[in-house]
Amino acid sequence: MTVRVLRSGVLATVQDLGRSGLQHLAIVPGGAMDPVSHRIANALVGNVRDCATLEFALAGPELAFDRDALIALHGARFEPRLDGAPMPVARPVLVRAGATLRIGRAAEGAFGYLAVAGGIDVPVVLGGRSTFLPGGFGGLDGRAVSAGAAIPLADDVVALSEARFARVVRGGRTGEVSGSGARSVRWFAPMLTLAATDPLVVRVVDGVHAELFEDAARAALTAERWRVAPDSNRMGYRLLGPKLALRAPKDIVSQAVCLGTVQVPGGGQPIVLMADHQTTGGYPRIAEVISADMPRLAQAAPGAAAVRFERVGLAEADAARSDLARRVDDLLERLRWEFGDEND
Amino acid sequence: MLELAEETDLAANAAARRVAAEVRTAGLEGITDVVAAIVTVTVHFTAKDAAQASARREAVGHLLLAALARAGEAGDEPERAPVAIPVCYDPAFAPDLDEVAAATGLSPDEVVRLHVGSPNRVLMIGFVPGHAYVGGLDAKLASVPRRASPRARLEAGSVAIANGQTSVYPFATPGGWNIIGRTPLRLFDPLRDPASLLQAGDPVRFEPISAREFQRLAAEHGGR
Repeated sequence: MTVRVLRSGVLATVQDLGRSGLQHLAIVPGGAMDPVSHRIANALVGNVRDCATLEFALAGPELAFDRDALIALHGARFEPRLDGAPMPVARPVLVRAGATLRIGRAAEGAFGYLAVAGGIDVPVVLGGRSTFLPGGFGGLDGRAVSAGAAIPLADDVVALSEARFARVVRGGRTGEVSGSGARSVRWFAPMLTLAATDPLVVRVVDGVHAELFEDAARAALTAERWRVAPDSNRMGYRLLGPKLALRAPKDIVSQAVCLGTVQVPGGGQPIVLMADHQTTGGYPRIAEVISADMPRLAQAAPGAAAVRFERVGLAEADAARSDLARRVDDLLERLRWEFGDEND
Repeated sequence: MLELAEETDLAANAAARRVAAEVRTAGLEGITDVVAAIVTVTVHFTAKDAAQASARREAVGHLLLAALARAGEAGDEPERAPVAIPVCYDPAFAPDLDEVAAATGLSPDEVVRLHVGSPNRVLMIGFVPGHAYVGGLDAKLASVPRRASPRARLEAGSVAIANGQTSVYPFATPGGWNIIGRTPLRLFDPLRDPASLLQAGDPVRFEPISAREFQRLAAEHGGR
């Protein structure tokens, strides 16, 4: 059971929630850039446990299904077409064997997630299925998905898809996707991670080296409207704005960094470390993006979205994290309810 | 994060590794990663809500300080057999060896002899999976800085020096250090256990090999 890739899109990789406990070997957790949307996509096809999804940036791939499959697209706002007809997003869609899905460009946001019932069936490497591009492992042979590739699905994807779709439409709220023979439902899951404001407000706490920066640099971090540079990737988002200067040059012995670290190399252009970041670094760290705001920042499309940073304390960072966790859990619970109580 | 020193310091590095080992052993709930870098220990942990985060932050802090107090009392690190890393220092594998020799006023052969003879030990695994930062470089080589402009790509297995350390690159990555040789070993293999050939704290012995030996070993280790 596979999905054939007709066109690759941009940076299409197999992702899950990553690997934990290996940072002492310089293996970062990695995983989905926007784990919230990844989890919702999974829940929309009834995947109870974390399964691998297909992640893509800005422009999605074109895919051919050789079997019936229950799929869902979530994350950035795409306007996909199924056999030429508009396909609804953010809800389960039962596509028919022979269908072609063209995901197209993101109208808003950066990273999209395509989930399939049963998950993408790539081997577990070092405890995860995520593609880790810098190390060349995980996912489909450690690489981005290219045209001609076959994305492996669960052996029982057809039976699983039919059974789950039957459960999800037991209330009768079903609809045809015009022209394609696919079926879907009338409800949808909200996007939790697309910017609610312009500019997008991203909260940070002071970094361990904040005091090493000039006052003007610390003020600029929160006063300016920043943009994500086009040469950003899954390792880091480079920020376009004023240069941030140190009071005096300072050598810092390489130390562990983490998701959301805002480091400032000698040139003064800040970089926010994203999912596939290096585990250690020797650049001064002016700030750390709070974990609750990382999925939103991940969805800030290079060039398009403006970002404003707001300095907060650890208490607010902690509260924001548990608040997001609760909102995600509530939504996942509602989606599980749509699929009924059975487990498979 | 616990900072044990402001500069690279072998004793502080040994203490950092002891502290990390003790924190790992303590098995405090919620800790996901304990990373000993060169002179720092960083503890990553999760929490389900704000109250738990605050309690765990405090518990981790206490644990780090208690471990630090005990690390100071411990004696020298126990001796153990070094991990042998065969390195070919031939010009084809050592694009910066002549420059290093010129900068230090040594002959290329002397640079190699000093590199091999240094009391090398892995200070940390960082940057990318399995990438070893090796300390203990002979004082005559320690003054060599990073290259003015980094290479966009260097070969996997490159052995390079800068700022008193040796970097052993497991992957073809960008890099700014001075390449003086290359090892045919596979330094990181996600399907092997352990995936990383080197671990923080490992003593290392670089062993000079010929180009022919390099090819033989490279073939044996499955190439790259």
